Amino acid sequence: MSLKNSLVHAIAEMQEEEAIRLTRAMVDSGASPMEVLDAAREAMDIVGQRYEKGIYFLPELMMAGEILSQMAEIVKPLLAQAPAVKKHGRVLIGTVAGDIHDIGKNIVVFMLDVNGFEVMDLGVDVPPQKFVEAVKEFKPQVVGLSGFLTLAFDSMKETIKALEVAGLRNQVKVMIGGGSVDEHVRAYTGADAWGRDAMAAVNLAKQWIGG
Amino acid sequence: MQAQTTSEQKMEALFAAWMSTEGKSFVSPEVAQTYQRRVQRFKDVVQLKKPDQVPTILLTGGFVADYAGISHGEMMYDYEKAARAILKFHEDFQPDYQAASNFLPGPAFDRLGYVLYRWPGSKIPSQSLPPTMPFQMVEAEYMRADEYDQLIADPEYFCLRVYVPRICKALGGWQLLPTFFATMEMPFIPFWLGVSGAPPVMEAFQAFLEAVRLNAEYGAVSGRVSAELMSKYGMPGTIGGFSKAPFDILGDTLRGTRGVMLDMYRCPDKVLAAVERLTPIAIQMGLQAAMMSQHPFVLIPLHKGADGFMSREDFKKFYWPTLKATLLGLIEGGAVPFLFVEGGYNERLDIIAESGLPAGRTIWLFDRTDMKAVKKFFGSWACFGGNVPASLFYAGTPQEMETYVRDLIETVGQDGGFFLSPGVVVDQARPENVRAYLEAARKYGVYG
Repeated sequence: MSLKNSLVHAIAEMQEEEAIRLTRAMVDSGASPMEVLDAAREAMDIVGQRYEKGIYFLPELMMAGEILSQMAEIVKPLLAQAPAVKKHGRVLIGTVAGDIHDIGKNIVVFMLDVNGFEVMDLGVDVPPQKFVEAVKEFKPQVVGLSGFLTLAFDSMKETIKALEVAGLRNQVKVMIGGGSVDEHVRAYTGADAWGRDAMAAVNLAKQWIGG
Repeated sequence: MQAQTTSEQKMEALFAAWMSTEGKSFVSPEVAQTYQRRVQRFKDVVQLKKPDQVPTILLTGGFVADYAGISHGEMMYDYEKAARAILKFHEDFQPDYQAASNFLPGPAFDRLGYVLYRWPGSKIPSQSLPPTMPFQMVEAEYMRADEYDQLIADPEYFCLRVYVPRICKALGGWQLLPTFFATMEMPFIPFWLGVSGAPPVMEAFQAFLEAVRLNAEYGAVSGRVSAELMSKYGMPGTIGGFSKAPFDILGDTLRGTRGVMLDMYRCPDKVLAAVERLTPIAIQMGLQAAMMSQHPFVLIPLHKGADGFMSREDFKKFYWPTLKATLLGLIEGGAVPFLFVEGGYNERLDIIAESGLPAGRTIWLFDRTDMKAVKKFFGSWACFGGNVPASLFYAGTPQEMETYVRDLIETVGQDGGFFLSPGVVVDQARPENVRAYLEAARKYGVYG
């Protein structure tokens, strides 16, 4: 097995130390940072598929994220001269006003990122106006609103309303998720779709943007 | 010689204490009877019998404040306003049981310098939320990955001297607490008291005592409100104590979600050793409260073992064994564990059902789990309920609510052993939907 294939395997199988060792070995053997990141992407495809099939769960997503960020640290010094990767499209995301939960949102951000989307994360307790400003500047195709509390239903609705008032609603697709979000909530807030987990968000983004 | 008390007898004694009208005041004998009938109704479903009607509870959090027109902040800082809000809510909706609210002692949390949560009106700048927002937990690694050995060696020592000083800033001085074993020799005591007299330790004890006093002010109001709901309307409370699954103690508030999930890969043996060490504490926490309040129900919210959080294999390995041991310990002590199963548990039902828990000794409140499957796996041995979506309380119509409740009772509630409840805490609702929920329960929940 080539170094790269071994690395893909190590990441996909959650072998943290082995993956880091192989990353260093690849870099030392003169591989370009792009090759290393390619391996990461390939591995994350496998992880994503296994997550979708219900073989992998949150511990595996967290561990994969941890491995990837350590790998990124290793290749970072070499990345300056590398060409930028073309992204599929842009997704703006945040936990809506009044809600400070971020675990679910962070997983969605991570999964969108490794699936090739450019993600802008506005953090937690984001007021509607901040979403509006960010849509104007970042020009995303998709806006993801996260919220765990039932209080977030209203904030989601107000955020979508604010996009409408600003004349931006028809430029973006809006997806919502978190806590007790379901079809009732989707209809109430006026979002385009809702999702139960991170892969649902990735699939919605792919469906709307392609990639 | 005294005969050994069985766990059944202990449970019966707690049910009897809950049902007893002795030492409790009621405005009339009829209300006292209503109270007893409602307790009996819940006892019947726990013991898998068919009562006169389906017991129906309301899990209301922020809605109690919203309905009365007061803020979440006032619910934690203005006890008289909060009391009026709770009384008004119960007077207007007339639920059969006392409904929970977000009524909590804000000043006590301030005095502790409590940083595990953020809440409306907090006097600690970093923890303060606007009055319109409900309290929320702040996830972080309050225990470091390299501290497992310390936790496992002595959880209470770790809690008192490491964890509490981190989450209660005003109790930081407890880090310096000398061991209380020093009391074993009289000549050691001056040293022990001397160290305890260091200013940070003294300040910590002072803060602790003041928090105790502030909590007592809250407790007086809270007790008065509860007694009034019982006396005026015959509404029993439904919670005697609290506990948590050992894995959640570790995952929610010590290591955090990310921390504990990385640990499952990096140091699985330590995770397992830690949850085992936390099990007797989880049992003790629930039993102590149930004995103090003389009420058998011990609420256990379940978090990180849900569908989607971990695989079935990991659930069987990391989550379930110590939760099961906790349930058995509580049952042994006469308590009735009341599991609040947040999220989905479709992939766990068979594991739990086949684990040999005793019949008629537990209560399971489900959120998004398929209730037909629950009936299939739990119907013969455990009381269950829940599942009415929070979204329906807020974004639904009264007609949709009535249909949902009717279908739920018709599908899984016909044989007893069933109670009606929202699947999660309802922070926001339309009053007409809350009414529709309670009316539908009375319309479709009476057994003929």
